[in-house]
Amino acid sequence: MTTRTEQLPVAEDLFTWPPGDDNPLRLIGSECADCGLVSFPAAPACVRCASTESKRRLLADRGTLWTYTTQDFRPPSPPYDGPEAFEPYAVGYVELPGELLVEARLTEPDPDKLRIGQPMRLTLVPYTVRDDGTEVVTFAFTPAEEETS
Amino acid sequence: MTEAVIIGVGLHPFGRFPGKPALDMGADAVRLALADAGVNWPQIQGGYIGSYEVANPDAIVGRLGLTGIPLRGVFNGCATAGTAVALAARAIETGEHDLTIAIGLDKHPRGAFAADPSVAGIPSWYGQTGLFLTTHFFGMKINRYMHEHGISHETLARVASKNFGNAAANEKAWRRTPLTPEEVLASPVLNYPLRQFMYCGPNEGAAAIVLCRADQAHKYTGKPVRVRATALRSRRLGAFEVQSPSFPVGEVVDSPTVDASRAAYESAGIGPEDVDVAQLQDTDAGSEVIHMAENGLCKDGEQERLIAEGATAIGGRLPVNTDGGLLGNGEPIGASGLRQIHEIVLQLRGAAGERQIPGTPRVGYTHLYGAPGASAVTILST
Repeated sequence: MTTRTEQLPVAEDLFTWPPGDDNPLRLIGSECADCGLVSFPAAPACVRCASTESKRRLLADRGTLWTYTTQDFRPPSPPYDGPEAFEPYAVGYVELPGELLVEARLTEPDPDKLRIGQPMRLTLVPYTVRDDGTEVVTFAFTPAEEETS
Repeated sequence: MTEAVIIGVGLHPFGRFPGKPALDMGADAVRLALADAGVNWPQIQGGYIGSYEVANPDAIVGRLGLTGIPLRGVFNGCATAGTAVALAARAIETGEHDLTIAIGLDKHPRGAFAADPSVAGIPSWYGQTGLFLTTHFFGMKINRYMHEHGISHETLARVASKNFGNAAANEKAWRRTPLTPEEVLASPVLNYPLRQFMYCGPNEGAAAIVLCRADQAHKYTGKPVRVRATALRSRRLGAFEVQSPSFPVGEVVDSPTVDASRAAYESAGIGPEDVDVAQLQDTDAGSEVIHMAENGLCKDGEQERLIAEGATAIGGRLPVNTDGGLLGNGEPIGASGLRQIHEIVLQLRGAAGERQIPGTPRVGYTHLYGAPGASAVTILST
């Protein structure tokens, strides 16, 4: 079998898809047209002023780790639809300066290698594989120090 | 306004009761509360009943007596029982009824709560990708709190050990095996820094309390417990709350616990320095630590020393979760807050037996917190 693995995003309009040189990976949020509150995922109604006017906003792809935890047991399914063979993962809130704090999976599962204040960068992870071989991807944050310049 | 007092409390044990419906546990708790108050079911004029799993808990009248009273269902997450008590007290305070009841009952399946995120207004991907777990929030909140306020892993273990120890002296508790802090620290991590023995588990149980007008209490009891304040608050924008895919950057906003606590102290004219015994939502050991400060019972960071000194143990300066709390009792959601009030009433009566706190406690405090960011506080006194 040499067929290329197909990938699909876990949801439409959650992040730019497919990401590429002319379409860099970003989370798709929204900005209230009346009070400017930034939301993620994109929210048609503002939770600060109740306005229903909003515009699409691509969020920053870098931030700092605000807090984190680990997931060391397989979550109940449904709603979780990850693979039966469970690999622990980490979860955190990343502060995107001036925008918001977003909850996401982290690519580093070892809590000893994570620290509050750590620079993080947006990435994608295939979190499960469907029966037909399609990988389903979701957004995640990875320690930015891991990058080679 | 007329004051409401508690004249009777009843508690069905918390645990696992295969084959026993939640309504039957609730009926048992009600009968205990009625007997404690010395009243009969037909005397009850109205009440509030809460449950998470039972769709119409008011069906309990079929087991107690079809007297035609208004019995209103309450559904408010982990704050359900606090809400039931508040409304049952309010019905007396406003003069609607002279004698009311608050009931809570639940029967949860084993394991962590699993639900469709859409019922919480959250998109499907949040659950599919493994983010829809309330335990994540508790792990992340205490992890940040430990970072900011110098709380150690040993302190989390001491809290769990204390609560399991208290539960061992409570014949109606679920987890009655004492554990040392070392044993707690040796259990596997579930959500860093929280370990297996630092979490409570959903289970089964029921509780009820009977309330009446203060000026009629003498007919029933020589030791009424006064309902000095009840307060319920939901989350404000900017607060860090459970089940939040994101929240705004900006100045730190207080949790609904801080808001509810302040409102309750102000309404009661009682300050945190007056509290003799407290029941705080210990979904996990970290929550108890944080809730000590959020309820004004200490400053942020003081918990490290207070807990090491045993200040929150039975016999300490401020005993917390003397009946074992959620860690020792588990959490049947609809009943949990009434279990807290049951314990405070016993302590204020001096009737808590083996786990009775010393001295003459006069003021008791209860607190609930849960999804999607709701907190309920009551302040009780002799």
